[in-house]
Amino acid sequence: MLLTKLTFPVEATHIMMFARAIGDANPVYHDAAAAAQSEVGGVIAPPTFPQAVAQFDPDYHLRPKPGQPWFGSGRTPSGIEGQPATSGALHAEQHFEYHRPLRPGDVLTVEIRPGKTWEKESRRAGKLTFRERIVEYRDKTGELVVTARSVAVTPERPVSEG
Amino acid sequence: MALKASTLKVGDTHVERVVDNLSRTQIVQYAGASGDYNPLHTDEVYTTQVAGYRSVFAHGMLTMGLTGKVLTNYVGAGRLNRFGVRFTNQVWPGDTLDATATVAAIREEDGKLFADLTVSTVNQDGKEVMSGTATARIDP
Repeated sequence: MLLTKLTFPVEATHIMMFARAIGDANPVYHDAAAAAQSEVGGVIAPPTFPQAVAQFDPDYHLRPKPGQPWFGSGRTPSGIEGQPATSGALHAEQHFEYHRPLRPGDVLTVEIRPGKTWEKESRRAGKLTFRERIVEYRDKTGELVVTARSVAVTPERPVSEG
Repeated sequence: MALKASTLKVGDTHVERVVDNLSRTQIVQYAGASGDYNPLHTDEVYTTQVAGYRSVFAHGMLTMGLTGKVLTNYVGAGRLNRFGVRFTNQVWPGDTLDATATVAAIREEDGKLFADLTVSTVNQDGKEVMSGTATARIDP
């Protein structure tokens, strides 16, 4: 079952901003001239950049949208009544397989599919529900560039520090 | 600089401090770049008063991104074939993180050389916040 199909244009400015956010000053992520002299021959994206495809998902639930209530604080501690169904999920695992680096100018087709779902009891957070997602990133020729597998966990209650 | 199989040994390590005194602003910066605006990472009021945590905390993917820098600095940009992690503890504003990559195996597959690495990121109390594995293409 396909959950979502997205188009992910990979842009130099986005890569630069992402590299800044992870504190990585490697010129291969922002300096075209220096990157041209390096082994990879031009600017590439850092290994975890594929996750930024969220920017290109029009329905991404963790981005505020005009005219829609947002569950974060404003006049009140939350902009909606009650706990939003999706807000409590935490990232448990992330796995990437790389066939080649992402480069500015790539226009990737990204397909997101659900994987397995399972439950586990935990001392620190009650019942845990795990949900897996498989994300495939392909270039214009249909070649697989990156495969990502993520596992999100929804705890019954906030995770205590252990 | 790529790693060379001729000089690399199982057990070799590379350690770097990947962030010192993590700021809320850097977490916000990561939210903006990645597109993940979950208030648990950026909104102290929501996170403490509604979600029940003591403070906002970093995206797992920020910790993975910070740690990825240690790998690419060690094996060379564009050399990773695989990078996978488990997030084991939360990362809070003010945390200082050190990441270690350790060579677990050096192997040849279809005439190409690879290093398998384990990765561990710990906070200022020595508590592991993320652990994982990676594979990099290396030179002869």
